[in-house]
Amino acid sequence: MLIGGILVITQKNPVHSALALIVTLLAQASIYLMLYAPFVAGVQIILYAGGIMVLFLFVIMLVSIEQSMKERQFNSQWVVGTIAAVALGGLFIAVYEKGKNIFPNRALSIVENNNTQRVAVLLYGQYMFAFEIASLLLLVAIIGAVVMAKKRI
Amino acid sequence: MESMLHITTLHYLVLGAALFLLGVIGVLTRRNVVIVLMSIELILNAVNLNLVAFSRMWGGLHGQIFSIFVITDAAAEAAVGLGILIAFFRNKETVNIDEVNLLKW
Repeated sequence: MLIGGILVITQKNPVHSALALIVTLLAQASIYLMLYAPFVAGVQIILYAGGIMVLFLFVIMLVSIEQSMKERQFNSQWVVGTIAAVALGGLFIAVYEKGKNIFPNRALSIVENNNTQRVAVLLYGQYMFAFEIASLLLLVAIIGAVVMAKKRI
Repeated sequence: MESMLHITTLHYLVLGAALFLLGVIGVLTRRNVVIVLMSIELILNAVNLNLVAFSRMWGGLHGQIFSIFVITDAAAEAAVGLGILIAFFRNKETVNIDEVNLLKW
């Protein structure tokens, strides 16, 4: 998954970058399976790798890339960006060193295999309001994307 | 056999932090707008990994439901972002982030 992530940010061709991101998303789905979350893994594969990445590939196809592949790849402030990212990494390492003892070092418990039922009970029971708001958000996003990409409004 | 390495929550958190760092580097240093948007998706994935790892640690499923909502939200934002990219490309014929400088002083 980390190799996929490194390939995403370093490839010259955006199509290669999108394929590396698909590999990263599939690896992430397998890690969700390791965490005993099969429903989230299924949602990840269907929505992310099967929906969003196809959308990305369509847009890469529409936007011409031959011109952009000839220019240089890293933008004019890559030094400051890398320093900021390294500082963020240092912050992460400091937080790790300070707080790594509060996590228990034993194997976690084995769960039963009714994950989808439990997710559905919670999603349609306790989180019903957030579910409806998410559908409203998707409607707004559809309208926004169609208006932004039209030729004449 | 007694010193078997268990994969604890901390390992998942470190992996999530590493993915987050890669996404931040991608956002800050690349010139192509499409690759910047893909790095934002990497960041959102790292956050999802954190959420599901904590949901596993605490036993309840609230983290997984939150991560489903984050995936939905990432889909919506990717669609709108790519729509903006298409509108921008129609005006300027380039996908270079350095060319987005109309508001620069």
